[in-house]
Amino acid sequence: MSRSGRDTSAAKRRHHAAVCAALGDETRLSLVTTLSGGEPRSIAQLTGGSKMTRQAITKHLRVLQSAGIVHSARAGRESLFGFDPQPMHELQEYLGRVSAQWDQVLSRLKTLVES
Amino acid sequence: MNAGIEKRIELKAPLSRVWRALTDHREFGEWFRVKLEGPFVAGQLSQGQITYPGYEHVRWQAVVQKIEPERLFSFTWHPYGIDPQVDYSKETPTLVEFRLQEIPSGTLLLLTESGFDKVPAERRAEAFRMNDSGWTQQLKNIESHVAQRP
Repeated sequence: MSRSGRDTSAAKRRHHAAVCAALGDETRLSLVTTLSGGEPRSIAQLTGGSKMTRQAITKHLRVLQSAGIVHSARAGRESLFGFDPQPMHELQEYLGRVSAQWDQVLSRLKTLVES
Repeated sequence: MNAGIEKRIELKAPLSRVWRALTDHREFGEWFRVKLEGPFVAGQLSQGQITYPGYEHVRWQAVVQKIEPERLFSFTWHPYGIDPQVDYSKETPTLVEFRLQEIPSGTLLLLTESGFDKVPAERRAEAFRMNDSGWTQQLKNIESHVAQRP
């Protein structure tokens, strides 16, 4: 099979898995959706309008932060959370490579069953 | 997050022909480019050597999950397990499933690879589902090709 362009780094793969896992939760996904608008928000802003406690939101933000999807910066007395698209782009690239690989493999299957 | 791969192809070949290509280890090796050491047995480790030029040093290892005749063939493996220096056995493998279905024009093959995120499928968002526009063209190629050689 064509493995050119394949990523040989196990660490990187684990990182992709961490990004996926971080996004595999409805609350976190909705936080990411909110933040992907581009405007950094405080925990108070992110908690407002949701039924979740400030504490719960903070916990979810930490998970997103450790996956590198969200970063925080101090703004006066509060932290503002912003979105970083890079890990998600990398993940999509990774899946794109796996996908392209299957295309090649399956096209060889096609050739075999057709002949 | 739906971190998975989904491919759907129509093959203008009989179900039994496609099934054999999938599950006979010699035929599988031909299109997958791997020299397997023995037949596929459900629940057992399948081993071999990759034969794709430039990657002959790479071992093939997968655990066969299900062999349901002419319906489902599946195995788990490590999709990026190509660096001989790295021990991938501690990482959670992904699940590869080939599903077959008889259709008037031949056989429908649905391939999925899942488990990149180790998160149950029902919790993943649809937003990140992989779309494969490239495969659409491939599909057309297969159609015209098989139609000429029934």
